[in-house]
Amino acid sequence: MTQNLATELTPLDPAFVTTTRIATAIGLLPFVVGAGVLEVAHVAPPGSFIVPMLLLYVFVAFTVPARKYRHWGYDMGTDRLRIVRGYMFYRDTIVPFGRIQHIDVDQGPIDRRYGLATLTVHTAGNHNSKVALPGLANADALAMREAIRAAIRQDSL
Amino acid sequence: MNETVDAVDGLTPAVDGERLHISGLLVGFVSGLPQLVFPMVAAIFGVRKADNPVLIPIVIAVVLIFSLFFRWLAWLRFQYFVGEHDIRVEKGILNRTARSIPYERIQDVSIEQKPLARMMGLGEVKFETGGGDGDDAKLSFVTLEEANRLRALIRSRKAGIAVAAPVDVPAPVEDDAHPIFAMDGKRVFVFGLYSFSLVIFAVLGGLAQQFDFLLPFDFWDFKHWIGLAEERGVSVNQINGVGVFAQIILAFGAISSLIFIGVATGVVRTILREHGFRLDQTAKGFRRRRGLFTLTDVIMPTHRVQAAIVQTGPFRKRHGWHSLKFVSLAQDSKQEANYVAAPFATLDEVWRIAIAAAIAAPDGDERMQRGAAKHWLTQLLFIVPVLLTAMAALVIFANAPIDRTTLLLLLLVLPGAFFWLDWRQYRFGLDDHQLYLKRGWWRQQITIAPQVKVQSVEIAQGPLSRRQGLASVRFGIAGGTMEMIALPLATAVAIRDAVMEKVVAVDYSAINQSH
Repeated sequence: MTQNLATELTPLDPAFVTTTRIATAIGLLPFVVGAGVLEVAHVAPPGSFIVPMLLLYVFVAFTVPARKYRHWGYDMGTDRLRIVRGYMFYRDTIVPFGRIQHIDVDQGPIDRRYGLATLTVHTAGNHNSKVALPGLANADALAMREAIRAAIRQDSL
Repeated sequence: MNETVDAVDGLTPAVDGERLHISGLLVGFVSGLPQLVFPMVAAIFGVRKADNPVLIPIVIAVVLIFSLFFRWLAWLRFQYFVGEHDIRVEKGILNRTARSIPYERIQDVSIEQKPLARMMGLGEVKFETGGGDGDDAKLSFVTLEEANRLRALIRSRKAGIAVAAPVDVPAPVEDDAHPIFAMDGKRVFVFGLYSFSLVIFAVLGGLAQQFDFLLPFDFWDFKHWIGLAEERGVSVNQINGVGVFAQIILAFGAISSLIFIGVATGVVRTILREHGFRLDQTAKGFRRRRGLFTLTDVIMPTHRVQAAIVQTGPFRKRHGWHSLKFVSLAQDSKQEANYVAAPFATLDEVWRIAIAAAIAAPDGDERMQRGAAKHWLTQLLFIVPVLLTAMAALVIFANAPIDRTTLLLLLLVLPGAFFWLDWRQYRFGLDDHQLYLKRGWWRQQITIAPQVKVQSVEIAQGPLSRRQGLASVRFGIAGGTMEMIALPLATAVAIRDAVMEKVVAVDYSAINQSH
């Protein structure tokens, strides 16, 4: 069922894989350094900290982002935005344009280098008061923002 | 700097935005000083070994200059644009955020002046959109003229659409209109009897802890209490020696005095809060007045009501007592998030008030569906391995006989009963206009939400529910939550699609501002 749903979705920008890899690699670096320190301290047989840690590091920072990317998708309709994400914890969210309170476009330092941006729409609901869609080409994110804004305006008039 | 910022980011058209007022920097700096105390103390602590008293003022100066520098950077990177259709705010030193707030979405523009800002002729402008996460957009600080200009501008932009949808003003209240619901002294008293509360002990304990330096003895020293009793001729040995029957009487007395205190507290608290409860229906909504010493007078416009919650408890249900609350973005009071329309009423009274808020009673139980029982069964099965491990541990480490340890399996009865009650009470359903959700076996409640007020719909599956083909549907409700669980995925998708068709047809600002 989820596979069927996924076919009609637009994938994120492929650069999302790279930016997530960079972000995770930087974020997890302290753990590798920690394992290295334990290794140098000779508290256990050589390689008992650094080897599993490096394997885990490569898996989380290299393989996982590509998987994550495959499970993200969105669908920009004429009156609603649909965002699908996650495999283990699958989430399929629809936000009607008529319920969007405001729209954010964010760019972090890594995103900017790769021309990506995150689009976040805010609703008044307590569940899903913000729904974020990362890994969009900056131009796409801006275009989506304009389209949603135009739709909101039309609705209200 | 300005041009490069826009060119690099390209988040907005290359138009020059407006800056905040530069003296606002000082106001922010001064009001942020208390937050700097900790870094300063940390820095001083760091150099205290240097044995050089000159270092301390230098450290303080460095911390201050750092803070000022970052505030200046943030100021430099903060711009707002007053556009044709929206207000845009761009900010962030490294992480750039560009927020767009369409005029149609701005519910209210507030200008706040704290003493320091007031001295410098500055004001803080807040745009309230009623978005869920609270921090909408704030311009701190601009000159008072600019603040007033912005407010006037937004009002006039809104007035353009306000021909069709008048801006919401607090409804004029007709006095002495016939109340739609009221509670007399007797009703309040009965309500109090159901409001058993032992909070008095928590309050006394808290007070004792706060002010124990005033007491001539240690409050928590039980030996002291026993000593006190002994001085009056009672000894622990005496209590132990009075015999089983007397002990039972003593225990009974202790428990009944506890119950008496609990009930009395409930009655007093309820009378203090609910005395003279009166709910009036006004031209635009409801007006509620209550209280013995602290009188409160709270207005709830009908169009702001997002959902209704009808609650009852295991005891009060026997006599048909229910409460009705309205979910909205506004908070009723510090203790209560939802607007209490009727705290203690019969179902007839409850539905009469709900209808006035355009929410109808569910037309019988047949529309309501049960959740898939396997959702609860799997949760129960998760406990089995835990019990088996415990049994194995007892046999191996404590040499317990195997047939005895199987008694541990009886422990399954408790969670089993709990899950069964939970499953039995849970119901979900929808009709052409509303969503229904029934939950809770102790505090039973029904949530009813008009479908057009739904903000977003999410279908969620965890690793377990995916295997079972089950899903949850979460509805975003302004000011509340509503989650249907243990539905087959196909049902979840069908419900979502049906609700979405209702939702997209109506604009939220239209339903939330006009009538």
